[in-house]
This record gives sequence, structure tokens and C-alpha cells, in this order.
Amino acid sequence: MSDNILNVSRRGFLQGLVSTGALVLSVRLIPEALWAAETTAGSHADRAILHPNVFVGIDTDGTVYLVAARSEMGTSSRTSVPLILADELDADWKRVKLEQAIGDARYGDQDTDGSHSVRDGFVTMREAGATARLMLTQAAAQKWGVPASECESDLHVIVHKPSKRKVGYGELASAAAKLPVPKKEELTYKPKSAWRYIGKGAVSYDLANLCTGKAGFGMDARVDGMVYASVEHPPVLGGKVKSYDEKAPLQVKGVKQTIPIKPFTPPHHFQPLGGIAVVADNSWAAFQGRKKLNVAWDNGPNASYNSDSYKKELQETARKPGKVARNIGDVDAAFAKGGKIVEADYYIPHLAHAPMEPPVALADYRDGKVTVWTCTQSPQAVQETLGDVLGIPKENVTCHVTLLGGGFGRKSKPDYAAEAAILSKATGKPVKVVWSREDDIKFGYYHAVAAMYMKAALDEKGKPTAWLQRSVFPPIGSTFALDTTYGDGGELGQGWTDLPFDVPNHRVENGSAVNHVRIGWFRSVANIYHGFAAQSFANELAHASGRDSVEYLLQLIGPARIVDVKATAPDYDNYGGAPTEYPLDTARMRRVVELAAEKSGWGKRKLGKGSGMGIAVHRSFLTYVATVVEVEVDDQGEVKIPVVHTAVDAGIVVNPEATRAQFEGAAVFGTSIVRSGAITAKDGVIEQSNFNDYPVARMNEAPYKTNVYIVDSDAPPAGVGEPGVPPFAPAVCNAIFAANGKRIRELPLSKNSANG
Amino acid sequence: MQIKVNGVERSYDGDPNLPLLWYLRDVLGLTGTKFGCGMALCGACTVHQDGKAIRSCVTTVSATAGKEITTIEAISAGGLHVVQQKWIEYNVPQCGYCQSGQIMQAISLLKEKPKPSDEDIDGGMSGNICRCGTYQRIRAAIKAAAGENA
Repeated sequence: MSDNILNVSRRGFLQGLVSTGALVLSVRLIPEALWAAETTAGSHADRAILHPNVFVGIDTDGTVYLVAARSEMGTSSRTSVPLILADELDADWKRVKLEQAIGDARYGDQDTDGSHSVRDGFVTMREAGATARLMLTQAAAQKWGVPASECESDLHVIVHKPSKRKVGYGELASAAAKLPVPKKEELTYKPKSAWRYIGKGAVSYDLANLCTGKAGFGMDARVDGMVYASVEHPPVLGGKVKSYDEKAPLQVKGVKQTIPIKPFTPPHHFQPLGGIAVVADNSWAAFQGRKKLNVAWDNGPNASYNSDSYKKELQETARKPGKVARNIGDVDAAFAKGGKIVEADYYIPHLAHAPMEPPVALADYRDGKVTVWTCTQSPQAVQETLGDVLGIPKENVTCHVTLLGGGFGRKSKPDYAAEAAILSKATGKPVKVVWSREDDIKFGYYHAVAAMYMKAALDEKGKPTAWLQRSVFPPIGSTFALDTTYGDGGELGQGWTDLPFDVPNHRVENGSAVNHVRIGWFRSVANIYHGFAAQSFANELAHASGRDSVEYLLQLIGPARIVDVKATAPDYDNYGGAPTEYPLDTARMRRVVELAAEKSGWGKRKLGKGSGMGIAVHRSFLTYVATVVEVEVDDQGEVKIPVVHTAVDAGIVVNPEATRAQFEGAAVFGTSIVRSGAITAKDGVIEQSNFNDYPVARMNEAPYKTNVYIVDSDAPPAGVGEPGVPPFAPAVCNAIFAANGKRIRELPLSKNSANG
Repeated sequence: MQIKVNGVERSYDGDPNLPLLWYLRDVLGLTGTKFGCGMALCGACTVHQDGKAIRSCVTTVSATAGKEITTIEAISAGGLHVVQQKWIEYNVPQCGYCQSGQIMQAISLLKEKPKPSDEDIDGGMSGNICRCGTYQRIRAAIKAAAGENA
């Protein structure tokens, strides 16, 4: 069966290559050509005549196969990363065929998270492209009997400079394949002036398919003989099944059987939650069957989790001394000297990712091996997790990566793929596990709820002489080790220990918090609550000093300089970026503030009654972002956002159009956080279930226009998928304050009216 | 029961309460129409019934008897629809999962309001969620398509 699928799929792929237009595929096949052409027999790049490394293959017809090893969830990684290789290779993008990699350690890190795909790819892809280009150049030189130094690449050809002779890549592929693969030291790279695609970008490789319904998402995977399943999960984390009715669901037309899935062994990690699966011949019948299961649960200790009392606990902890994560000078002594004291508490609840495509996976288990098709941000985590839950080596897990209907961090955790694999093994059939929206909202890996406390002493000019900040949140580490109650260097380095403020006495602390639900990465992660507190507080200080917000913010950042965070915050990790390559540079931070202010007409425009502008700046994922938001607040406290101005310094930007789209989208994502996002628990059970009680921003609520200004930079590339989110919420709240004097310290607005 | 989907007459004898969405996706394999919420809250499942946008996740198969159902797969049968052309020109999609529904909704809106105002677009499109946040490009593409219709 497995072989059958692969053969059929490969045929489908080849047919796709023959037809030059859109691929026409039978619905009975997995439209594999749209995602993972790679099989266990290798990729097309592997099978091409010239394949100097795992990322590129060139055939005699001149087709260049490029492997996209990162996932596509809307950030354009699948396009932008191979585009870097195509540029260095001088390949004609129109002659490139992209293939999506399966999960395989030979591709290195495949995690599409942390806004690091382009950042990593800028090194690995140029290396891979330069390797192939050098081999083609050497092959051409041999062919003509001339020194290689007289030859160079042009678009999809090698040119002999003195004689102006040209030969195409396809024609050179066989001869180049006979040459030894050059060493890294032998490679040369194109200068910036010769870049074809970097800085110009390209539209998504899948653009047309995304507009015609042909794109292949995880939800769309199909194989012959498959059945559908839906899982009734324990309503409380760690809950177990006491009893259930295994017969009643069978009364639903289409339901075939019920199968228990055993509870996880703590810590939960990426293991399935456990529960009862209903298997049926369509998704809806499986959903209906669940309603008749009548499960009695043993909820376990997390049934004590109530968001109201937990909020008080976090806030009380935030008011007590915590673990010191960064220290400069002597904050206590400076506070003792007096000055104007300003204090504030901030709070952000749990959030759910709610990608438009709920978690879904199709798995086919045969003879100790499993093939899975799923929307995942981490196919190697799929291999590891499925290997663990099935007790098979991870090499026996083949993970095809489909397009993702949004990810935002949820799809880094493959618990749903593990469910499909377990059920395929139990039924002996390919099983597609479909999560409903209710499953998605109620059983997420939530963004941590967080409480922050801020205190500063100001001198007579409003300059802080002392600054104390504390955050308390259940850490992501608790997903992997239950007794983890403090944030790690990564979480605390996200907009907290790395605040580059010009303050002589500065202490950063973190309090302890126990988790009761699964906590996970969520687009921009700890930067959300840290950025909200830090940038709201900066604005409060500006107001307390009677100063303009932009001017005050620039003073707080201080003069242009490199800040050595690690010197005062030993656990700081700078997003894994070397401090030499990615120093924290306040000149760049100042520049985005000035640019956003200038473009927004800050201080130069007269706004109407109920209108206001707010600014916030934040560095995350090594990118500097300043956002000015304009709001209109009516008498009922309803907030409209007519315009957003965002200035971005992300170093070298490979794909400017995709980058602009990410920051437009971040403004909408941020709007959801500000307006309505809140996941709460009562007796351990999540109270929200769908878009009615977990609303996300709709068109009429979203910013009407977001203008994105990209700073021209020669710094190495940094992230663009996440960094737009953190400054957005504080910029909105600062704008509301400017509009009507109401200070928002707790989100979302739906629980805390913006009405003055 | 006879059902007409994308111009093809089909007989159906399954559960009459099965939502059209799952009939299209799981039975016919027309996966361009997406599942997002199951409660008509997000619009990912939007198809046309006799040319008007409906939410297929809350419309039973039996309710469509005698009606003409059109999905995203058939909209471009004779070449890309002008709305799809503008979606491509304005580079609307990010992840793209909601865009089948957005496009079907936009086509229906433009039929009713060939020159939609911002308020018309808000009114017509706010039932369709895009979690990636492509709304400003959707608005621009709709306006461009309206211009093209003129």
C-alpha cells in the first residue's frame, strides 16, 4: 500500500512537470506535487544529474530542483529561503521546481519557528548555491579549455568573459556532476550589487494554487482506504477516562468504532492528551459520535485551576522580590534616595493560536513504519514524537509536510500527528485525525498568562534614576519538566532582560508560577507580555514627566551604543545570535523610532476629539520595530484603528513584499490580542470554545491601513514573522491614553473598557 | 436525493443532516472548500448556492436539493475569475487557508454591490476571518476587481 501511494504520487509529480501550467490532479491522489515530492527514495534534487548537496539538483534539461526544508505557514519561508539559493546560483526562478522536504536530519534544523528561517538560510542556502555555481563554472571552463577564472555565471548560463561564449546549466549538468564537490573554503559569493532576488523578493511559489483551491493543506490530505477520526480529550490536563459508552456512538451513521488513547506519561511534552477516539467514514460523523460517548472523567489535580484566583496569585507574586535575571547598579539604594516614584501592574491572559486550519494529520502505519502527512512546523519533532509513542525508531517515521493553514507556534507541537499514528496502528488503516475548532481552542498549548510589576524613580527632569521590573508567568519549560516554574534565559531575554534603556540602576526579576495547562510558543512568545509592560510603562513615565512620548522614548533608549546585555544578564541568549553578528545596537532602535514618528506625522497633525496616537518600540528576534498607532475611541469605549505606521530594521531583507505582509498581518494579530483575546479556565476546564467566545479580529475591527517602512540595512538578516506583534498592543494602549486619558494595564479591552 | 455540484448532478443517499461542507470535502474530495469553525463563524467554508454565498458548514446536504452549488474549484473553470486575478495581483494570501472562502464571499458581494463602498466591504466580508490578517489586501483586491467590472 505504501509503495503504491508513493508510485502513484511520483507519477502525479512527473505529470505535473510535463504540463507547464497549473497542475491538474485527481482528487483520489494526495496532491503531493503541491507539497512533498520527496519520498523515502529521495528527492528530485537527489535524483537529478548534478546534486552537490541536499538542497539543490540540476537536470540536463536545465530544471533546477530546490528543496524547501522549512514549512510554509504564510510567512513565505518556503519561497524566500530557496530564493536565496537561486540567487547565489544565478538560477532563473522560472526554471526552479520547489520540493518540500520530508522530515530528515540531513536537512539540519527544520523547525519553522523563532523567525529564523531566512536568517539561517542566508548562510546555508548561499553556501549550497555557490557550490553548484562553482561546479558549473569549472565544467564550462573544462569544456572550453579555458581557465575557470575567465568564466562567470549569468542567468542560468556560464559565460566565457573574453569570448562571450555561453553555455546553459542543463548542458553543463552532466560534466559538472563528474567534478569533486568543492570545499567551503573554495567558495566565493556574489556581491550585493549582483543579487538578483535578495532584496527584490518573489511572490509565494504557491500563490496561484492558494487562490484557486488547489493548494494542499494538511486538512486536504487523502489516500485510498482512509478513515476519519475525532478525539474526545480529557477536559482537564492530565485527566483520565473512568468509563464511557463504546456502543452508543455506533448509532451515528458512518461511525465505525471507538478507540481509547491512553493518557500521556508526565511531563506531557508533545504526547497526545489521551481520551477516546471515534473513527468514522467522514469527519462530521466522527464529531457526532463523540457526543454519544458519555465519558466519565477523573480530572486529577489540575481541576483546581481557576483563572480568577490564579491571576491574583500571579499579581501577588509580582509584588514580591523574585529571582534576579539582570542587575545594573543598586536599585534599592537609588529608590531610597527618593525622586518621583511611579509604579504600575500589567496583565495579559492566556491566548490560543487559533490557526484557521485546526490541527489535523493523516497517518498510515504498516509493519513497524508510519507515513504521515501533516501541517507541521517541525517534521523532525513529528519523527521523534511518533517514534516515541509507537516505540519505533524515528527513522521509521516518514513525515510529509503539507502547507499549513496558519501555525503561529501551535503546529510546532505534533500531538495531533501522534494521535493519527496511534489510531492507524490500532485500526490497520490510514487514519486522518481532524480537530474541531472547539478542540483547537480547548486543548491548545497556550500562550502564558503573565503579570508584570514595574517601578521607577524619576529625577526632576523625568529621567529614571532607578528601574525595577518583575514578570511572573507559567514557563514553557513546564511542558518539558513539570517542576519548572521560572522562565529561562530565552523567555526572559524576550523584551525583558534585554531592555536597552539608559538607566543607571536597573534590576530585572522573575517570579515563580506553576503551570496547570499546556504552555507553548505563540507568535513572538514572551515578547508579547514583556513588550506590553515595558512600552506601556515607558509611556506612563513620559506622561508623569510631562514630556512628549517620542522624545521621552528616545531619551530612555539613550545615545547610540552597543549594549552588552550578557554582561549584566548572564543567561541572556540573544535568540542564538552571536553578539558580534547581532549586537544590540541602540542606534538602530533609535532610527526605527524616528522613522515611524516621522512617517506618522507625529506631533505635526491635529487630531480630532477622541483620537490619539501612541508609539512603542521593541527589538525581538534580532529585529528592531517601532509602531505608531492612531486610534479613534467613541463614547462607548469602542476603538477603531484608522492607520498604523510600522518601521522595521530586520537587517538584509530577502523578500520585502512578504515582509510587508508579515507586518500588516502582525497588526491584525495584535488587534486580536488587544481587543478580545482571552483564554480562561474554571475548575481546570477552558471556558472558551470557538470564534464566538474567543473572537479574533475581523475586517471591520482590524486596522484600516498599515504602512510598513523597511530600513535599508547591510546587517545580517533577522526575523520578520514575529517581531511586528510585540510593539502593537502597547502602541494601541498608549494611543488610547492619548485619546481619552484612560490607561490600559490589562488586556483584552473586552474585559477592561477603553472608555474614559 | 439529487444534488447539483459544479454543474454535475449527483445522487445522495447518506445522512440527510450531513453538512454540505463534509459532503464536498470527505465524500466528493472537493477540498478547496475549507473547514474552519463548523458554526458559520469564520466563512472558510463559503460556497455559492444559486450564485449566492452560503456557509456550507451549517447547510445540510438535504437543504441543497434542487439548488445549484458552486465551489472554488468551478469558479475558475473558464479561466481565472477577475476576483482571483486581483487576489494574485495584490498578493493577498499569506497561509491562504481562508482564501477560498474569502474569494467566494467577495464574488458574491460584487454581484450584489458592483461598486462596493468601504462600509459595503466591511458588511460583506466581516463574516470571513483571516487569522494571518490579510484584510487590507482583500479590501484593495475587491476594489480593484470592482474597477475591472466597470
